[in-house]
Amino acid sequence: MLNVSLPGLNMKNPVMPASGCFAFGREFNNFYDLNELGAIAIKAATKEARFGNPTPRVAETPGGMLNAIGLQNPGVDKIISEELEWLKSFETPIIANIAGSQIEDYVYTAEQLSKHSRVSALELNISCPNVKEGGIAFGTVPEIAADLTEKVKAVSEVPVYVKLSPNVSDIIAMAKAVEEAGADGLSMINTLLGMRIDLKTGQPILANKMGGLSGPAIKPIAIRMIYEASQHVNIPIIGMGGIENADDVVEFFLAGASAVAVGTANFIDPLCCPKIISALPDKLKEMNVNHINDLKGRSWRSCQKTSSSR
Amino acid sequence: MINAKMLVIQNSPIAENIFELKVQGELASHVKAPGQFVHIKIGDFIDAMLRRPISICDVDKDSHVLTMIYRTDGKGTKRLSQCIEGEMLEILGPLGNGFPIETVKAGAHAILVGGGVGVPPLYYLSKQLKEKGVQATHILGFQTEEIVFYEKEFNHLGPAYVATADGTKGTKGFVTDVLKEQDFVYDVMYACGPIPMLKALETNYNGKPLYLSLEQRMGCAIGACLACVCETQDRTDSKGYRKVCSDGPVFKAGEVILPC
Repeated sequence: MLNVSLPGLNMKNPVMPASGCFAFGREFNNFYDLNELGAIAIKAATKEARFGNPTPRVAETPGGMLNAIGLQNPGVDKIISEELEWLKSFETPIIANIAGSQIEDYVYTAEQLSKHSRVSALELNISCPNVKEGGIAFGTVPEIAADLTEKVKAVSEVPVYVKLSPNVSDIIAMAKAVEEAGADGLSMINTLLGMRIDLKTGQPILANKMGGLSGPAIKPIAIRMIYEASQHVNIPIIGMGGIENADDVVEFFLAGASAVAVGTANFIDPLCCPKIISALPDKLKEMNVNHINDLKGRSWRSCQKTSSSR
Repeated sequence: MINAKMLVIQNSPIAENIFELKVQGELASHVKAPGQFVHIKIGDFIDAMLRRPISICDVDKDSHVLTMIYRTDGKGTKRLSQCIEGEMLEILGPLGNGFPIETVKAGAHAILVGGGVGVPPLYYLSKQLKEKGVQATHILGFQTEEIVFYEKEFNHLGPAYVATADGTKGTKGFVTDVLKEQDFVYDVMYACGPIPMLKALETNYNGKPLYLSLEQRMGCAIGACLACVCETQDRTDSKGYRKVCSDGPVFKAGEVILPC
């Protein structure tokens, strides 16, 4: 009743940890078998190694947290030789997240990762600043997001999911633009740009000043954006933004998601993913639902039969 | 490292805005070294969701009791201070690597330097050193007399010097003033406290082995989120960084660049 199929991803359940909140799984493997997960979205890879931002990198906010880690990662070559090599001992599908500061870097990283036998799909982080366009994030201009998607699609040997930034005025236009450019799926939403200021010092708490807001505080925004986007595209959506329990998973499916990712909650309870997975069957029984796919988009499909795949 | 519910058996103020928390449970038997810490879930509060990393002050393995001392500085620790006996707290731990004591021989002289809420982990360290026959001298720095704690407890284990910034108790000034004044002959130094204190020690007391325990804002505390990293001083280091939570919180002086 929990298995879901998305391009490149045959998942035994719809729950995966979100990229950046799980590193490459090693730490969480001390708490549970990673094969229990539906999939794993590994930490973003860039062409070269990145140290990331100065600390403080995190700040707590009501119902969530701000982070400005700065895409710290050992670079795509080391991720392939060390992390993906280690992940070979598990069967869980891997989604390799990709970031960059120019299109060429994304293309290079995508090419390397998509060739790897352990990678089932790519996820493009388009919330990064585009250095060639004055630092404007790829994910805020539909034409640029589409161009990036098209170029990555041209080299990728596996399906490509585009992780949409919520920091836009028209999420539907963005979803449609990347779908037309060939995206096989969407991940939504990435974090919202936010800030906190320390009353004692009068200065921003994060060394980077601004950071990405995540956690339950952003869940209603994620739900609204998935509700909107899912009615305008024909590609599946991996929903994320503040998921903490089985009820949240159901809500994301009702909004139109086909799978979900859990982020911030992993920091509060390292066992939250397996806990959510094991709570889902009872939740579905309680709702008289035979399969989680039956919930997909039910909030806007009204009385239509929803068991067939989209 | 386990995530477990622990029974609160005591949670009371021992100085101004300083609380001593004692919790009981199996997790206590997992503690490997002094200087390790726990990540405490305060409760289901929407404005204090993340856990709070707090150093372990003492461990009683026979009765499975952990002691933690914390300052009620923000929303999370204020909530924690309202927790009462009989309640259960969800605790992840023990985390990180503690102070290395294996190489210190019986009869050696160790100096333990603590500042403010950096003092607590030195207590279990001192107890462990004493068990090994190591002689410990404690230098404890506080802002003012009202927030001095554990002076008597440390004195039981070895001489304890107190310094207060405003001179209301002990030496007026910082722990470094006591060190200058006393000019100890010693074999190893362990320290935990504010960064300026650690920096001063690193600059002036690098002739003998010196171990520094760092504090940093954390997310997961298990090494996954990379919130608490610091750069290595060695620019040729293959990784170039260390995670305070899982590589630390204790580092040998010179290993990492102390954050500002």
